[in-house]
Order: sequence, then structure tokens, then C-alpha cells
Amino acid sequence: MNTIAEQVAPIAAASEVKVETPFRRFCTAFLDSKVATTALIVLGILIFMALFAPLISPTNPYDLAVVSILDSKMPPGTKSLDGVTFLLGTDGAGRDLVSAMIYGLRISLGVGVMSGIFAMAIGATVGLIAAYFGGRTENIIMRIVDIQLSFPAILVALILLAILGKGVDKITIALIIVQWAYYARTVRGSALVERNKEYIEAATCLAIGHRRILFRHLLPNCLPPLIVVGTIQTAHAISLEATLSFLGVGLPVSEPSLGLLISNGFDYMLSGKYWISFFPGIALLITIVSINLVGDQLRDVLNPRLDR
Amino acid sequence: MNDSQPTLSVQNLETHFFTKEGVAKAVNGVSFDIAKGEIMGLVGESGSGKSVTGFSIIGLVDPPGEVVGGKVLFNGEDLVQAGEERMRQLRGNRVAMIFQDPMMTLNPVLRVDTQMIETVLAHDKSVSKDEARQRSRDALGQVGIPSPDERLKAYPHQFSGGMRQRVAIAIALLNKPDVIIADEPTTALDVTIQGQILYEAQKLCRETGTALIWITHDLAVVAGLADRISVMYAGRVVEQGKLDDVLDHPVHPYTVGLLGSVPGHNTRGQRLFQIPGMTPSLLKLPPGCAFQERCPRVDGACEADPGITHPVDGRNVRCFHPHLEEAAQ
Amino acid sequence: MTAMLEVKDLTKNFVKRLDMAGKIAQKLGSSIREEVVHAVDTASFTVDKGEVVGLVGESGCGKSTLGRMIAGILPPTAGQISFKGVEFTSMTQEEGDAAALAIQMIFQDPFASLNPRMRVEEIIGEAPVIHGMTTMQEKANYVGETMERVGLGREYSRRYPHQFSGGQRQRIGIARALAVQPEFLVCDEAIAALDVSIQAQVINLFMDLRTDLDLTYLFISHDLSVVEHISDRLVIMYLGRIVETAPTDELFDKPNHPYTSALLNEVPRLDHRGIDYEPVSGEIPSPLDPPPGCHFHPRCPHAMDRCKAEIPVLREIAPGRLSACHLNDG
Repeated sequence: MNTIAEQVAPIAAASEVKVETPFRRFCTAFLDSKVATTALIVLGILIFMALFAPLISPTNPYDLAVVSILDSKMPPGTKSLDGVTFLLGTDGAGRDLVSAMIYGLRISLGVGVMSGIFAMAIGATVGLIAAYFGGRTENIIMRIVDIQLSFPAILVALILLAILGKGVDKITIALIIVQWAYYARTVRGSALVERNKEYIEAATCLAIGHRRILFRHLLPNCLPPLIVVGTIQTAHAISLEATLSFLGVGLPVSEPSLGLLISNGFDYMLSGKYWISFFPGIALLITIVSINLVGDQLRDVLNPRLDR
Repeated sequence: MNDSQPTLSVQNLETHFFTKEGVAKAVNGVSFDIAKGEIMGLVGESGSGKSVTGFSIIGLVDPPGEVVGGKVLFNGEDLVQAGEERMRQLRGNRVAMIFQDPMMTLNPVLRVDTQMIETVLAHDKSVSKDEARQRSRDALGQVGIPSPDERLKAYPHQFSGGMRQRVAIAIALLNKPDVIIADEPTTALDVTIQGQILYEAQKLCRETGTALIWITHDLAVVAGLADRISVMYAGRVVEQGKLDDVLDHPVHPYTVGLLGSVPGHNTRGQRLFQIPGMTPSLLKLPPGCAFQERCPRVDGACEADPGITHPVDGRNVRCFHPHLEEAAQ
Repeated sequence: MTAMLEVKDLTKNFVKRLDMAGKIAQKLGSSIREEVVHAVDTASFTVDKGEVVGLVGESGCGKSTLGRMIAGILPPTAGQISFKGVEFTSMTQEEGDAAALAIQMIFQDPFASLNPRMRVEEIIGEAPVIHGMTTMQEKANYVGETMERVGLGREYSRRYPHQFSGGQRQRIGIARALAVQPEFLVCDEAIAALDVSIQAQVINLFMDLRTDLDLTYLFISHDLSVVEHISDRLVIMYLGRIVETAPTDELFDKPNHPYTSALLNEVPRLDHRGIDYEPVSGEIPSPLDPPPGCHFHPRCPHAMDRCKAEIPVLREIAPGRLSACHLNDG
């Protein structure tokens, strides 16, 4: 008999005097969960570190003048010949692992977020067009999406990278191509529901152009599921990039992402030099788990049944 | 059973919802009696507490709602104090409920006969399966479903909306309950289908002696159906009496306004009487009479709680300034 | 004088096309076929300037589809709609745009009909700015005036729809339509979702606007008592077809079509105490598979053999009155 509580609630909401934006309501609801708030703070710190990597990291791992091969594979806590302490040790090339991880995080997050944004933009536009115009347009678009989604993402990415070669830009493109179809399907699903609501009919009746209806009326109302899928897909993209780097395709050795760092240290795992793989692995885990936790809470908060 | 004793007597019932924003007094001291075979219309607008009253009677109020006071005497037994176990025995057996959406009663993946036979057997283990089937068949026939034998074997989705509601009513009737609470059962139906169901409902009550509480927002529906009527506003029954008396000579200003705002034959083309403003939030009710902000007769006295008075014979009214001029005519 | 709106033989079919699997099954000899719903079947009527015409029928009778075709939301399958004597399809682009704005629609659901992510100011002001009825600078004032016209304070313009009650939302919907200065309003069950006391307020608003702005209405409803109150003339529909049209008083005094009589009998009314009649029997047939001949014959107490075979024509039975029933042929 939840319906009764729902009947009471709108009356209460209607009488509120202060202007309460949907965004403010959303924030209050989101911060309700301690776990999600913690995850959001962790994610915020990670993003901050990635953005300001050059200012934060103790050394510049790309600067060959600083890196000395003599420091390679030092365990955590040892001092270098120059007197710098390697908190988490060094990797096979003698780079400070803390610095390498911060720069690696920068690449991992950058690739994940950039590919997510572009894939979302493409996918959302295509999905909206499919749902709004329907008919043959929709059929063609959705068949392409179906075909795309029927191949395993990693297989498609491997083939694309085999053709494109290595580089941050190349792997971003590959991830966009792999991901857009998820967004297209999500957006189409919610747009099909929204399209049949009376406010879209009203906009048609007011002779508002198609483009404006699509992006000003339909899109904002399809955003909640899109944001949820966006966060989850970004986590997915980061782990996919790590996998690809681990397999040795994608990124050049000179610009190590977290995945590549793990891969580099993997050879030394069995000889007791666990830290080279272990710490980047933990960093990757924390990143993906915190993004997923934020995504889960977003899904709960943006649940259309609770959204009025 | 003593005939003078009411089948159901609701006394000063209070149900509150403890929400984050505060306490909403959805039902705030509701009282009424209903006798054997009687039909009472419980009328109110959205947020008046009419549905919550119904749910409170059969003990189906979920948190954050809670029955916090009053009594519901069913043949002398207080249902508010009765445990969940006892309520389960009574629900669907002695007291039944019909919802606006018949799918609240019907399980979409079970055949109608399975559901009906289960309902019979759940409350009376001595009945054989064949007897139960026979009773189900009879109940379907009673509510006017043609060829009940075939229809028993159907699934709920194979019925139209009106037919589904009939099946829900048939299920409510299965164990010949003493009281049926019907919560807006015809609101979602078409006029001609509504007509059929009202007709059957009235016939059944007269024949079986079941007391019926018909909860609705539509005064016109009640006009054709009920014996007595209770008008609710913001959690309280503001006027209660015999149907003809209340409809022809209302005394509470809210009832007067509500009746005046129903479009009818005589007011054609003219402006309708309108009650200004809107229903107050249950969270921020003014002290005293809840209707005072919209009432044309309001004065200082209305800031005190209006108790139940009987300005006219057989009428319960909560108002300091009832329209006695009209009633006297 | 030409009518403001003329609808002639308007038809709308909804076809549920077969998907790939269905097509293969059909090729293999399955009896599966495309499902066609005749939502509106050759409907013809007119609305004069300043008139209020009530369009009445039960669910599935096609009244909303008909309204949406007139408002330009759905394209008709066949037939013509003329506005001020000009047929829709023969209009130039400019004429078409003007007609589209001149005919506006008020919707049933006060929740679904307003975009939940827009402020009231934007909901009401968007279209007038696009169509040059006001400018971005003037918008706030223009919206304020429109809101006051429908009885809303202009100080609410920065709020979102969820902060209003049902009745207020419906006023916002009306203001949105009025903002583009329409001449003709199609009201689709515009008050059905509101509480009784709020219904009265909105009905009064419609009647005030009619006189103030010289509006013409097509008032679609299932509720006879409401249309009776506000309409000059009624059009009764049953399963996609118009069965009777007449001036409101005459129709209530002396309904001609058996369906109209049944409907009038069963509308619950305050002065109609107790149920002393036998209600019309039977279900409303599915529009997917309507009965042949007259659609009402399976439920009609006067049905003859002819009714099962021949579709009755809507024809004049008295000045200003049309009915589609074989009984009128004597």
C-alpha cells in the first residue's frame, strides 16, 4: 500500500514555498548513502590526482634524466642514490612507482572518460533519432546496434587496434566504437517511453522543430538512465583499456597506464617483487569499484519510479 | 446476531503517516456505523483520507502509516487490536476489499479457477474441491459473467477491464463476507460498464445482506447506489447522513460547495459554483476546522476544533456555522 | 458561411506490421496477419466559429485519435480536414504553420503533459519566442500575462511542474496553449483527472476564456454531465464511427440513436437516485475485430437482421440533427 504514502507526498511537495530544483533534490537523495558518498569522495580525489599529476607526483616518470636504471625494482620504502624515498618502490625501468601510478591513473581515467563522453554523444544522438522517427530509420539503426552488440567488445577492440596501431588516441577511438551501441540502446529504450507522453505531443502541436524537440524536450528526460549507463560504461572502458594494455596492444610502453604497469610488473611477480604489479592493481581496483558504487547509487536515486 | 448491532462500527479512527516532512494526519477521528445489507458511500476528493480509512479498517496500512487511535468494531470485535494472524483469517473471508485496479486482487499467472478455489479453501478446509469449484462458478454467475464454466479456465489477461473487475468482485463475494470495502472500483471503467457493475453491486447487497462501503470521489455514482453517505475532507468526516437528506439539503459548507460544483442539467452554460483554493496539505493543516481557508462562512470560532453536532435529525456534522436555512426548507 | 473546422470522411487506421518472424510464419502458411485497428472510420462533422462542440464516447471509440488528427499530432490515413475553408493538405507552408498554431490542444494528464525538466516560464514561453509572438527580452512579461489570464500568479514562473497541484498544472497546460494565440482549442478529457471542486474551477476558466478570447472548442470527454454543461452541440461516437450529432438540449430531451439513449440512461447523476433500470448488456467489442454492420447491434435492444449486415449511414433526421440508425428508415 505504498500508494497511500505516494498520495500524501505530492500534496506536501506542492505546498513547499522555496523553489526546489530537481538538481537539489537529486543531491540530497544521493548523499543519503554513506557508501556512495565515500566512493564519490575517493573518486573525486582520484580525478584530482589525475588532473594535477605533474604538481603532485614526487618525480616525473617520463623524464629520462631523473629515472635511473640503477634504481630499478627497489622494494617499497627504499632510498634512491639521490636520497629520494620510493614509498611504493620502483618498477623494472627504475621509475618511482607512486609517480608512475599517478601518471598511469591520468591516462586510464582520461581514456575512459574521453571515450565515454564521445560514445555517449554519438550513441545518444543515434538512439534519440531512432526512437523519435521510428519506422525504417529505427529499423536500420537498431539492426546495426544489434550486430555491434553481438560481438564481444574485447574482440572488436583487438581487431581495431591491430589495424590502427598503438597510441592514446587510437585506443580512445577503439573504445568509442566498441561502446556507442550501448548508449544508443539505452537512450532509445527510455526515449520510446518519453516520446509517447503528452508533453511531446504538446510540443508537436506548438510547431516546435524536430531538432529542438529531440534535444530540448526528449533528451533531458532520457538523461537519468544515460548517466547511470555512462558511469558504469566508463568503469568498463577503464578495465577494457587495462586489459588491452596488459595484452600488449593499445598503449606504447613510454606512456604506461595502470594496466600497462600491471603488465610490466607481471614478469617479476613470481620472483617476490610483488609491488610492481600489486600497487597499480589496487589503484585500478579502487578506481573501478568507486565508479561502480557511484553508478549504483545514481541508478537508485534516478529510478524513474521515484522520480516525479 | 443481534440485528440492532451494526455490522461494522468505526469509532474515532486515527491513521497517521510519519513522513520525513512531518506527520500527515490522513485519517483524523473518523466515526461511522454500517448495518447489515446497508450501502454507505464514503465520498471525498484526493487526499481526503477516504482510501486510507478503507485500508485502516482491514489493517492494510503500511509504514510509514500507522493506525494510532480509535476502534474498528466488527460484530463487536476490535480489529485495531486484533493481531495479524486474526486479520488474515478475517480478510477475504468475513471482510473483503475491492480495489480500483482489479489486478491488485488477481494474480496474472494463475487461472481464475485456481485463484478462486484457493480463496475458498484457505478459509474453510472442510469444503471439497468440487464444492469450491461450484461456489466459484456460482459467484461468477452472480456478478453477471456469461458462461462461467468456460471463464473459470481463463487467465486474467483474457478478460476485459470490466470483466476483470467483476471477477475481483466475485472473489470478494466467495466466502459471503459481512462487509465489503470497495475503493473506487468503477473509476477506471466506461459509463455503460460502470452502470452494469453498480447494478450488480446493489442487487447483491440487497440479496445477501452484505454491508458495503463504497469509496469514491464521484457524488453522482453514490447518488444512484448508497443508502447513507459520509463526506470526508482532510481526514475527517464533515457531514454524514441519509443519502437523500445530504444530497438535497446539505448543511456543511463543503458539502454545499461540492454539490454546487457538479455540472448538472439546470446550470447549463452558466458559471459553476466553485470552491476557491485547493485542498490544504495534510502536513500543514490550520488549527481548528480544516476547511476554514476555503469557507465563505468562516469567522473566529472556526479556529477551534469543530466537534460532531447534530444540527438536523440523523445528521452528523462538524461545523460551527451549518447551512440550516436550506435544511429547514 | 463556411464552418471554422470541417472534417470529412476522416479515417485513421493503426496497422501493427508483422516482424521478421511473423512474415516467415505467414509465408509458411500460418494464419497470422497484420493487425489493423480502425480507430476512426469515415468521420464527418463541422464546428462553427464560437461554438463549443462536445465529442462523447467510451474508451476505444476513437475520440482522442480524432482530436489528435485535428490538432495535427497524428496524420490521417484518409479524408480531409479543412480549417477556415482551406483543406490541410492544400495549404502552403505558411498557411499550414498558421493553422497548426491556431489549433491547440489541452491534454488529459496534468502530470505527463508538462515537461518535468523545464521551468514554467520555459514551458509557456518557448513556442511564442520561436514563432515570433514575443522576444527573449519580453518573454518574462508575456509569460506573466498569460499566467495571470489562467489564474496563476506570475511569481510562480520560475518553478518546476512538480511543485504544483493537479489543477494548477492543468492551468499551466492551458496557458501554454493560449500563449500562441490560438482560435480553436481541442480539449481531450481536459478535466477528467481533476478533483470535483477543481473541475468546477477549470470548467469556469474554459467558459471565461471562451468569451474573453472568442475561442472555439472541441471538448472531448467520456463524461456526459460535463459536456452537457459546456457544449452547444454534441457528437456521439461508438467504436470509431459517429452515431449521432445534435444540439445538446435536443439530444438530452430526445436521443435518437439507441446507443445515445443507453449512454444517457447510465450516466450517474445527482438527481438519479437508486438504480431502477436494467443496464445495457454486453461488452464494448474490441476495435481490432468490430462486429459487421452497425457496430452497436450486439448490444442493441432494437437490433434487426438488417443491422447485422448493413452499415447505417449518418444522415439528417431533423434540421441540425444527424443519426446513423436503421430504425429511422421506418
